Amino acid sequence: MEAQTLYEKLWSSHVVHQEADGTALIYIDRHLVHEVTSPQAFEGLKLAGRKPWRVSSIVATADHNTPTDHWEQGIQDPVSRQQVETLDSNIREVGALAYFPFKNERQGIVHVIGPENGATLPGMTVVCGDSHTSTHGAFACLAHGIGTSEVEHVMATQCLIQKRSKTMLVRVDGKLGKGVTAKDVALAIIGRIGTAGGTGYAIEFGGEVMRSLSMEGRMTVCNMAIEAGARMGFVAVDQITIDYLKGRPFSPRGDDWERAVAYWRTLHSDEGARFDQLVVLRGEEIQPQVTWGTSPEMVVPVGATVPDPAKENDPVRREGMERALQYMGLTPNLPVTSIKIDKVFIGSCTNSRIEDLRQAAVIARGRRKADNVRQVLVVPGSGLVKRQAEQEGLDKIFVAAGFEWREPGCSMCLAMNADRLEPGERCASTSNRNFEGRQGAGGRTHLVSPAMAAAAAIAGHFADVRDIL
Amino acid sequence: MQKFITLNGLVAPLDRNNVDTDAIIPKQFLKSIKRSGFGPNAFDEWRYMDRGEPGMDNSQRPLNPNFVLNQPRYQGASVLLTRANFGCGSSREHAPWALLDYGFRAIIAESFADIFFNNCFKNGVVPIVLPKAEVDALFGLVEHSPGYTIEVDLPTQLVKRPDGHAVHFDIDPFRKECLINGWDDIGLTLRHADKIKAFEERRRAEHPYYFA
Repeated sequence: MEAQTLYEKLWSSHVVHQEADGTALIYIDRHLVHEVTSPQAFEGLKLAGRKPWRVSSIVATADHNTPTDHWEQGIQDPVSRQQVETLDSNIREVGALAYFPFKNERQGIVHVIGPENGATLPGMTVVCGDSHTSTHGAFACLAHGIGTSEVEHVMATQCLIQKRSKTMLVRVDGKLGKGVTAKDVALAIIGRIGTAGGTGYAIEFGGEVMRSLSMEGRMTVCNMAIEAGARMGFVAVDQITIDYLKGRPFSPRGDDWERAVAYWRTLHSDEGARFDQLVVLRGEEIQPQVTWGTSPEMVVPVGATVPDPAKENDPVRREGMERALQYMGLTPNLPVTSIKIDKVFIGSCTNSRIEDLRQAAVIARGRRKADNVRQVLVVPGSGLVKRQAEQEGLDKIFVAAGFEWREPGCSMCLAMNADRLEPGERCASTSNRNFEGRQGAGGRTHLVSPAMAAAAAIAGHFADVRDIL
Repeated sequence: MQKFITLNGLVAPLDRNNVDTDAIIPKQFLKSIKRSGFGPNAFDEWRYMDRGEPGMDNSQRPLNPNFVLNQPRYQGASVLLTRANFGCGSSREHAPWALLDYGFRAIIAESFADIFFNNCFKNGVVPIVLPKAEVDALFGLVEHSPGYTIEVDLPTQLVKRPDGHAVHFDIDPFRKECLINGWDDIGLTLRHADKIKAFEERRRAEHPYYFA
């Protein structure tokens, strides 16, 4: 048999029906649901008199609108509250394999709770009305974001209409240096191929660096595949994947576990499999990264200076750079480490897992945030992450450093709840998008790793985490 | 879904790369549980001088005179002309909902982000990819000729300029058929319900642990 890529294996194992032109019906194993992109889908289903095809595929939670403090007061914003209550009533009516509502101890960001509960398993197709569904590709899943019409389509038919993507292998060879993390790998890849570099592709992340990353690290890289334009990114199964999944609430048990593991071990690209495109990075060359502009591709190593649009030849790109610098309140050729910050956000589906919090805590331990930093939010990805962090005493380290230890949720990654930047405020953020207004109208976002965010909180400006470690 | 066959419409230019879905419809408006009414908040942060929140009377808000779509000459536009990687970012279908509600039925760009591109087709909005040279030319023509319209002919897959110049565009044949007929995807898929059931039973037997 011809050598297959992981993508081809995952794709062909889910084709229900295929037309002559390649348009296929793809079966969906897991449907993650949150409050923002589902209400219109539930309503559409009801209006058409349709029943959900398989409710046991649904895992739901409320994460985007939920507050991260004063849970005893409930959700203050009536519009947010209505959206969360709409999810409550829709799930009550329709059912689900699991629902982790607001205040539930296992509630959290949908892309954190899926894996930590073993609801994301290798070989699955995983979809959600959320572009960061690519995160689940860390488990060798075909996982991607969909719009609300497709949310309704999956509810009604358990399938999606799709065509095969092109394949790209991003290989990160060698080893990462001290203080360089999965987030820096993700940003370095985006810096290399651009935010549209992966458009039309399914990206497999491979190489020694990816193999050495924990599942948390792999999730961070796959999470940001969409920031490189690729709807999905994934990593082959290995012992690290299998060890992570053993014993999780929805992981298989007993004979099923053995049977599943035997299958999962086949979920890798075969020797000699051909990709449509290959990108190679050296781990040793990746430095801690900081974005300077309003697109994740506007990124430089921490030791660099803010780029100069005058050196850009393409007029549309040059204008884009100038506009970004103006929005960000920066001037060309400024050293990145001289940029002072007002706020820090440690959290989001990119960087809110236990390992992320540990990386930040290593920097925060025994230190204190700089006086010019008004607020440092630490928002764990889920109730379970929060509990574990507290068992490890990380919350105390953060609080002693002047950071705020919050309840889980999406929080200031997109500022749908009360956590947001004010106009002109500058933030070192572990989230995934530095778009204009993303963290609040007029807010200025610099994307960094959790360790770099903590280092910036301590220094009051961007600082090379390697000088602190 | 609204059918799309041909459109002869006023063109509005948005001369930027990487227009993201947060710019198209900011997050505070995603709290709505409806599918409609997003048009007045399309491009909210660029379009208005104040900070928009749900429930505001948008007709009373101060417009940003420097935002291109606020210029009188582009009022009533139904074709949006833009650059590379339009619609990047989140999967929010509120983005095409907002553009459609604003009045756009066709978007011409050098390239689109995948999820946004896909979402357009579910809403009767046609995303058209044209070569950079054609897009450059259109930007020039639109700027220099107030009231500039073009015709989008979906059956023949042509964008026709008033000067007679016509450019072919590619579109997936299945998606084209759905647009021309205004078909509902779910109805089409459910014609294969027996196949889906059979597939599901096979999968359940082979991989029971995915059905726990």
